[in-house]
Amino acid sequence: MPQLEIRGVCVHYELSVPILKNIDLDIFKGEIVSIIGPSGSGKSTLLRVLIGLLPPAQGTVSFNGKVVDYNSKTCLKELRDQMTIVFQQFNLFQNMSALKNVTIAPIEIKKEPKKIAEERSRFLLDRIGLSEKLNAYPDELSGGQQQRVALARALALNPDILLLDEVTSALDPEMTNEVLDAIRELSEDGITLIIVSHEMAFVREVSDRVIMMADGCIIEDGTPTEIFDMPKTDRCKDFVGMILSH
Amino acid sequence: MDYTFQWGVAFSHLPYLLGGALVTLHLTFFGFVIGLLIGLVASVLQAYGGSVLRSLASGYIVFFTNTPSLVTAFFLFFGLPEFGILLSPYECILINLALNAGAFLADVFRGGIASVRQVELEAAEVLGFSLVQKVRYVIVPHISKACYPPISNLYIIFILGSAMASIFGVEELTGRAFNIDSETFRSIEIYSITAGIYVLLTFFANVLLTLVGRYVFRVKARIF
Amino acid sequence: MFELAAEQAGMFFTWPNLGYWGRAMITTLTMAALGCGFGFIFAFLLVYFRTWPLKAMIPVRIILTLYVEVFRRIPFLVLTFLVLFGTRGFGFRFSLFSVACLTILLISTAYIAEIIRAGFESIHPNQWEAAAVLNFGRFKTIFGVIAPQSWPLIIPPAFSYFVMFVKETSLTSQIGALELMSAGKYFNSIGISPLLAFGTCLSLYFALSYPLTLLGHRIEKKLKLRFKGKIVKSHEISLIDRNKSHQVAN
Repeated sequence: MPQLEIRGVCVHYELSVPILKNIDLDIFKGEIVSIIGPSGSGKSTLLRVLIGLLPPAQGTVSFNGKVVDYNSKTCLKELRDQMTIVFQQFNLFQNMSALKNVTIAPIEIKKEPKKIAEERSRFLLDRIGLSEKLNAYPDELSGGQQQRVALARALALNPDILLLDEVTSALDPEMTNEVLDAIRELSEDGITLIIVSHEMAFVREVSDRVIMMADGCIIEDGTPTEIFDMPKTDRCKDFVGMILSH
Repeated sequence: MDYTFQWGVAFSHLPYLLGGALVTLHLTFFGFVIGLLIGLVASVLQAYGGSVLRSLASGYIVFFTNTPSLVTAFFLFFGLPEFGILLSPYECILINLALNAGAFLADVFRGGIASVRQVELEAAEVLGFSLVQKVRYVIVPHISKACYPPISNLYIIFILGSAMASIFGVEELTGRAFNIDSETFRSIEIYSITAGIYVLLTFFANVLLTLVGRYVFRVKARIF
Repeated sequence: MFELAAEQAGMFFTWPNLGYWGRAMITTLTMAALGCGFGFIFAFLLVYFRTWPLKAMIPVRIILTLYVEVFRRIPFLVLTFLVLFGTRGFGFRFSLFSVACLTILLISTAYIAEIIRAGFESIHPNQWEAAAVLNFGRFKTIFGVIAPQSWPLIIPPAFSYFVMFVKETSLTSQIGALELMSAGKYFNSIGISPLLAFGTCLSLYFALSYPLTLLGHRIEKKLKLRFKGKIVKSHEISLIDRNKSHQVAN
């Protein structure tokens, strides 16, 4: 049974402009799925629908067989207990240190005992190489460091699914690599990852499956080899051709 | 509750009150315009003048921004006759308004002058602009656009502040409300209507100023 | 005029008189502080409820928005009269000091609510969303994340608004409240020259306002050190500027 079932999801902005058109998708537990495509294709919007920030105008999303009710706060809370997202920027709470950012949700929301939460947070921050920066505030950290803390924070809640929304797009090449390294490590943990990214080489290396989206629709869905080396549709061919030529 | 409302009586005086609103607009408009000139001069002196002129300008600004306009009005109202200057209450308040407005406006202009980007001036220099051309094409457009929102905001604040003219007998909106009140004693109704007129007045002044800002100064702001 | 002032100086600058002026200053300061202090608290509550995205809250939000829009557009003098006659008309015999404080409270709540709202809106929407996806409730989001980050944009304009109100309290002398302006009027009415009476009045207002203004600058600097962000002067929180309230689909 798929972990996430997306059926016929449609999203409109401003009453008429469709952003997502009839999206049908199954995601299985432990899969590492990457979503690629030109700007405005609806990739980020899809992630926001999955995490419950944007209710679909039509269609359903089911998590572990249960349909998500976007009007029920309890339902959304349950969903977010098991799924979390890292945005492109401004993830961290600017008024809290790195350590506090990572520990705050486990302690305040999941009511974990302080000691255990802190130990686990230190371990996670250490794992991504930021053990020196536990007490630094976000404005004292570089963009790459901030994104890594954001990853640690997401992992501190032990989610089953992690959504990554263009997490390196706001970073310069050096910082991009440090974040990609952190994600690479994650990918070996068995957690389900849904990654929206422009870093094609990384996508190709790390993903089990690549989905190409354009104009609010899924154009192609296959293994990295299928998508990058043997694209079937013209749209996908054009897109892949364009990125590979750069 | 031992107060009986008689809204009819109050509304019958509406034309008289609206006439007062016109006086308010008249008073604030001229006071503000004179204040704009004073403020402009003061800010220029403060930015570019010699040390004496600079201190005078700063002194003026600091004085009027740190004292209530009611007190300066009393000072002028009772003090000027002592020097042999006899003015009508309207003129007295007009001068007071202009002086107070000038100080706050000078502050706004100062911010505007400081915000002119050196880079833009250098670009103009490199293109061969003369001083007059720089002023015309770089400094003035930038300052007008930067200063317009705070200035129009100050104007609205001064319309509300002009209510104090009533204390000195000027027959503007609040002054007329006071007159009607002393005749009819329908205080709550009259002052409520007066408040309502101020709300509408400032609301439409807002909308008008935003539109002017959008089309004349290209300042983007929502209308409401 | 100067001769009259010189003559009266001796009888004017006496200890009892200075005590009178001193008490008047304290009344002025207290009036403004109470009114603006409680105004800040109410304004915060107002913004908390006004930006609640729940559908059921829409009537509340409309009422609160109307409140802010109306009370920012009534002159202080007119509202003072309204509050005075209003409370008397409905049978309440509040002291003039209380009437003054109540009026200040009503107006400052409206203005400070706009300042607070502007502060909240300057926080990047991702911060709201990050809190939402971590399952923070509204209370925790606002008090734990949003408000702490907006202090540098809220405290300086709110403080300078308070300093402005210290001067605005002079209008309450019109309903007979005993504060600094009425002290000046009193001395003028018993025959003291306007130069002495209102001159002293002016100087004392200056003595209140200027140091407070400088204090405000220092507070602003201190807050700026902790966070980077655009600091806005109170008159820039304009009646014209509008931003749509932030909404999270939640």
